[in-house]
Amino acid sequence: MLAALLVMALGAVVLGAALGYAAVRFRVEGDPLVEKIDAILPQTQCGQCSYPGCRPYATAIAKGEAEINQCPPGGDEGIRKLADLLGREFKSLSAEHGIEKPKSVAVIDEQICIGCTLCIQACPVDAIVGASKQLHTVIARQCTGCELCLPPCPVDCISMQAIRESVENWKWKYPVFKINPAQREAA
Amino acid sequence: MTALQRLFKFNGGVKPAYNKEASTRLPIAVAPTPTLLVIPLHQSIGGMPRPLVKPGERVLKGQRIGGADGNVSSAVHASTSGTVIAVEMRLMPHTSGLSAMCVVIEPDGRDEWIPHGPFDFRNASPTQIHDYLRDSGVVGLGGAVFPSYLKLNPEKQRNLDTLVLNGAECEPYITCDDVLMRERAATILQGALVMRDMLGAGQVLIGIEDNKPEAIAAMEAAAHAVKTAVGESSVKVVSVPTLYPAGGAKQLIRVLTGIEVPHGKRSTDYGVQCFNVGTAYAIFEAIALGQPLISRIVTVAGNVGQPRNFEVLLGTPMRDLIALCGPLPDSDRVIMGGPMMGLRMPDDSVPVVKAANCVLVGSSDLFPPPPPEMPCIRCGECAKACPADLQPFELYWFARAKIFGKAQEYDLFDCIECGCCAYVCPSHIPLVDYYRFAKSEIWARELAKVSSDEARERYEFRMLREEREKQDHAAKLAAKAVARREKAAAAKTDAAKVATTPEQDEKKALIAAALERVRAQKEQIQPENTINLTPEQVAEVAAIETRRAEIREMAKPHVWQDD
Repeated sequence: MLAALLVMALGAVVLGAALGYAAVRFRVEGDPLVEKIDAILPQTQCGQCSYPGCRPYATAIAKGEAEINQCPPGGDEGIRKLADLLGREFKSLSAEHGIEKPKSVAVIDEQICIGCTLCIQACPVDAIVGASKQLHTVIARQCTGCELCLPPCPVDCISMQAIRESVENWKWKYPVFKINPAQREAA
Repeated sequence: MTALQRLFKFNGGVKPAYNKEASTRLPIAVAPTPTLLVIPLHQSIGGMPRPLVKPGERVLKGQRIGGADGNVSSAVHASTSGTVIAVEMRLMPHTSGLSAMCVVIEPDGRDEWIPHGPFDFRNASPTQIHDYLRDSGVVGLGGAVFPSYLKLNPEKQRNLDTLVLNGAECEPYITCDDVLMRERAATILQGALVMRDMLGAGQVLIGIEDNKPEAIAAMEAAAHAVKTAVGESSVKVVSVPTLYPAGGAKQLIRVLTGIEVPHGKRSTDYGVQCFNVGTAYAIFEAIALGQPLISRIVTVAGNVGQPRNFEVLLGTPMRDLIALCGPLPDSDRVIMGGPMMGLRMPDDSVPVVKAANCVLVGSSDLFPPPPPEMPCIRCGECAKACPADLQPFELYWFARAKIFGKAQEYDLFDCIECGCCAYVCPSHIPLVDYYRFAKSEIWARELAKVSSDEARERYEFRMLREEREKQDHAAKLAAKAVARREKAAAAKTDAAKVATTPEQDEKKALIAAALERVRAQKEQIQPENTINLTPEQVAEVAAIETRRAEIREMAKPHVWQDD
């Protein structure tokens, strides 16, 4: 009786120690779910989801505090991916957070810019170059199109321009077979 | 007689009607210089070259008008002498029907060359060869337009034993390589030897499909001439069976050497490098004559009265070329390339570019519209025909369902878009269209992923920087407060201290001495306007002085005695 108890107790102690060691040794840094959600979000850092950036929104989704349909730049495709990842139901984009727009970049009208640096301070990805009383300009390649630079501009010299289709970014279209009415009649 | 060479086979392939004879009956003609040359800046794989000329500028034949931009990019040159009349967006020879930057040149008819001469590559460093070929604008002329200087890098490609020259030209209608080999075999061979020397390759294999006996004979004669002249015996002309797509680089390498280049590897990993015969010709012109790539041989075929090959200045409108061959009245489309892999042009005004091996004129009689697409019946014919050993039906299902990850798992990017699968498909499914769609979607997504990763990095760095700035600011404020307190404390102790150190005394004495010197100097100086004055002036000065004294007295703050 006593031997059995001792054996069980010893087993519990040994296993407990092993588990405790493993918990310390193989501790997972950060929340992998947040990382996965963050990888799906488009990283525009626009704040339209009502969180101050993509990562805070990812954290909120992981905690179950936010819905998955609050990201307009990600669009329906982004929501679908989040739904797949989290095993939730797909929901269409929530209207209060905005609508999906074509990808665009901010352009500063250099004739009007007064060099106030307010847009530089607003840009979440440091994509605007300039200094006080010097002309500012947007690095188009790094602009995420978040529109956060628009409200602070005192002279309204920033506009959003949709990225035009060019030979470089042109995509082959999904093949659609045109049904020819004449052919059908003949057949 | 063809050199004895053990040949191998690739899987799949089809035998479409070749239709090559018509355009080989006449020799290569030089196409006349058009009234306007439209030279697109972007004519190769890689970065878009930056324009080097401005409207109004006079350019000479062979002058660089677009400089290579980035690690993968190739220069473009003026095809003849003339005046640049615009650098603007023009319709590109591209299926999209979109425009891109082009240099528009009005030829002056003098065809005046820029000074040029041979390049001594044997005494040049690899970097010099690299830069020279990049600035000569030589790219692969088989259709892929990959910059040749990147393939001719001896430092990267050690232990190369075979240089394959691709003269297979398997696509129907196209005969530009065929006639080039018939007429200019010796030059091609010279170019091949230059490339062999650059790469240090052991042997040169020239693979030509056996439906071009004249080209094989011409190349063999040239090889024999080289052998008798300089004892060069490393060149072998090999006749390969006619089977589309034997002219694919991987397919030809497999036929000639038996090496099957696996997924994710390059042929150079197995000691083989492959060039088109037209590229060898262009290399010879660039190295031995110093002439950049400004023209190429183009087959004009299809729905025209007299199909023929032309030596065409790059930038010549396709319309001008077609007019030389007498297009038939029912022509309704222009295809760049052949019927299997060619791209339909938005209209016939687009210019001939480095990639244009053939201008194929079509009509609905010659290329009838495909019958309606029917459902896939899982017959597996496409897999039997695929020369890249893929499973086209799987790729089709995944591309159609837009499951791109799976399509990539089935090696979508090993597809060479040869069109064999669509050719044999009994359900007439435009399979290649689905693969092209899936490929461009995957590319777009990968680009978006790269830029979103960059945005995340930049955002996180900004957050970090803001946090650091906040901390720095707080630390500065704290330091200032401490300094102020210390100063106040120090002032108190100073006041308490009466005795001064000898050093301070010494300093004070020095200062006092300096002040004394300055005062003495000031006294020595006499204002010069007060010497040699007349008595009247002296009286006047005295009067002014007294007035001033009075005013000074008045301006003094009054001291009230009553207080």
